[in-house]
Amino acid sequence: MSLLSAREVNVAYLPSRGQRIWSVRDVDLDLDEGEFVGLVGESGCGKSTLGYALTRMLRPPARLESGRISFDGTDIATLTGEELRQQRRNGFALVLQSGMNALNPVRNVGHHFADILKAHAREGEQHSKEAMHERGAELLGKVELDAEVLDRYPHELSGGMRQRVAIALALALEPRLIVFDEPTTALDVVVQRAVMQTIKDLQREQKFTAVLISHDLGVVLEATQRVLVMYAGRIIEDQPSGDLLTGVHHPYTEALLGCYGDPRAETVELAGIPGSPPDLSLPLVGCAFEPRCPLGIEICREVVPPLAPLGRGRAACHVRAPSAAVVAVPEGATSAR
Amino acid sequence: MPGEASTVPPLVVDHATKAYPGRRRDTVVAVDDVSFTIAPGAAVSLVGASGSGKSTIAKMITGLEKPTSGMVTFGDLSVNALHGGGLRDYHHRVQMVFQDPYGALNPLHTVEYTLTRPCVNFLGMSARDAKQRADELLETVGLTPADQFAPKLPHQLSGGQRQRVVIARALACGPGLIVADEPVSMLDVSLRAGVLKLLANLRVDHGLSLLYITHDLLSARVVTDEILVLHGGRIVERGVTKDVLQHPKDAYTVELLDAVANPYADAPAAAPTAGPVATSTAGH
Repeated sequence: MSLLSAREVNVAYLPSRGQRIWSVRDVDLDLDEGEFVGLVGESGCGKSTLGYALTRMLRPPARLESGRISFDGTDIATLTGEELRQQRRNGFALVLQSGMNALNPVRNVGHHFADILKAHAREGEQHSKEAMHERGAELLGKVELDAEVLDRYPHELSGGMRQRVAIALALALEPRLIVFDEPTTALDVVVQRAVMQTIKDLQREQKFTAVLISHDLGVVLEATQRVLVMYAGRIIEDQPSGDLLTGVHHPYTEALLGCYGDPRAETVELAGIPGSPPDLSLPLVGCAFEPRCPLGIEICREVVPPLAPLGRGRAACHVRAPSAAVVAVPEGATSAR
Repeated sequence: MPGEASTVPPLVVDHATKAYPGRRRDTVVAVDDVSFTIAPGAAVSLVGASGSGKSTIAKMITGLEKPTSGMVTFGDLSVNALHGGGLRDYHHRVQMVFQDPYGALNPLHTVEYTLTRPCVNFLGMSARDAKQRADELLETVGLTPADQFAPKLPHQLSGGQRQRVVIARALACGPGLIVADEPVSMLDVSLRAGVLKLLANLRVDHGLSLLYITHDLLSARVVTDEILVLHGGRIVERGVTKDVLQHPKDAYTVELLDAVANPYADAPAAAPTAGPVATSTAGH
C-alpha cells in the first residue's frame, strides 16, 4: 500500500485582482513507503507548489482547489487545526530551499529544536532542558554536525551547515515522509555534493519516504529511484531514474537531458530549450509543451495527452506514448475546442 | 560597438594580493599572489568554490577594491591608481555582469530606462540616440522585437530575459572587457545554454575579452578557452580549458570535477536521443 496517494489535485493562486493561476493541475501521485522520488521541472512548473500541497503547507494566495491527498489512509486535504498538527508528528515534513530563511536569526539552533519538540509534545509529555539538548545533539549528529552547533546562531553557520540544521529540524518529529524543496540549490557545488550525500545516507538508514524537488535533473538522477517530470502544472513523465538515460521519453524530458553534458568530454554540446513555458492562467488546450516541441503533430494542439504507459513508466505525449483512449474519440475532442 | 572592439588592451593581474582585516588582529587573505593575463579577445574562466577569492579578483579588476600588494593594469592604465573621473572612464571599458538578475535591475525602471541611462550618462547621447541605441542593444542580446521589450518592467521578464537585459546594459558603453560573475547560476538549466551562447557570440562578434567567473565547470568549458582554478586565494591549476578538465593535475580540480552533477556520469554510452535545436558547440 502506498504511503501517500494524491488524486486529481489542483492548486491555484488567487491574486487580489486578475486571473487565477493554475499552478498544479490534475495531479495523480502515489508514493510507496521508503521510496525516494525526484520531482523536476523548470521554474514556475508547479513543483514546489505540489510539494507544499502534499505537506499541507500551502498559504494564501495559494489554495488547494480540489483533489484528495491521503496519507496513510487519512485524507489530509481536509484536515484542519489540531488534527493536522497531530498528523505532523510521525507524519510529513518539509525542508525549505534556503536554510538561511528557514531559521530564526535571533534564536540559537537549540531553541529551534526545543520549539518543535514542545509544540508537538504529546499530552502530559514534558521535556527537561537536558533531554531537549540531548535530542538536539542526537539529531545534529545525524546530519554530521557537532552538538556545539546548538549554541550557535544562524549567522554563525555556513550555508551548508544551515541547510544541515534545516534537515535535522525536519527529522525531529520522526516523519515518514520528507519533502526536500531544492535543498542544495543555494549552495556551492562541493558543499552541495556533501549535503546530498547526507540526505541519501539518511534516507537509506531511516527508510523514510522522500521527495526531492529540484530543477537540476543531474542531482535528482544521482539520488532518486523514480523521477516525476512536471511541466505547466502537470506531471508529464514518471519513470524509474535508471531508465531515464536510455530509450525514448517525453520530448520535454529529452530536452532537459540535453541541458547537461560532461565537462571532460571530447566535444561538449549544450542544448537549451527555446521558447518559454505557457501562461498558467489560461486553460490548457492540447499539450502544453507543443509550442516548444520538435515532434508536435495535429492532435497535440487539440487534446491534452493523458499519462499513458511508456517503457517501465508513464508519459503524457501523443507521439511517444499514444493512448488508446485518445485515438478512439478524436471528433469529440476536436469539437470541444 | 563603435571603434572599441579592435583596440582592447590586455588586462594583466600581476602578483595581486588582497587581505582583509579579520576578527581580532588576524587578517584574512582572500587573494594570495595571483597573476594572470587576459589577452585581447580571449575568454578566461576563473573557477573555484565559494570563498576561494573569485569575486575579490573581479572587484580588483573592476576597480572596486584595491589590491593590498601587486598591480592590476589594463593596457598602460594602472587600475589601482584610478579614482574619480579616471575610474569612471575605466568603467566605459570594463563592465561587469552580476550573478543575480533579480537584484541587478531596479524594479521600478523600465528596460528602456535601464539601457538608455549609461548611453546618456557615459556616452553623452541625446535622448533620441540613446533610445535607438537601447533598441540595438536589445536586438544584440536577442530580446526581439525590441519595442515590445523596451517598455517592460523587470518583474514582467523571466530570469533569462532579465539576465539578457543586464548583459545589454553592460554592453551599452561599448566595453572591451566584460567580467561576468556567475551569470547563469541563478537561471534554470534550460535557459543557461541560451545566455552562455550569447556571451560566447558577443566575444566573437564584438571582439570583447571575457572573464567568466563560475563554479560550474561545464559552462566554463562551453564559454572559455583558458581556465584558472582558484583554491584558498591561490591559482592551483591553469591552462587550456579542455586540457585541464580532461587531464586535471591538482587534487582540488579533480574534486570540483567530481562534484559536477552529471546524469551521464554512470552511463557513458547514453546521450539524449532527440535534443532539440539551439545547440552551441565547444570543441576546440
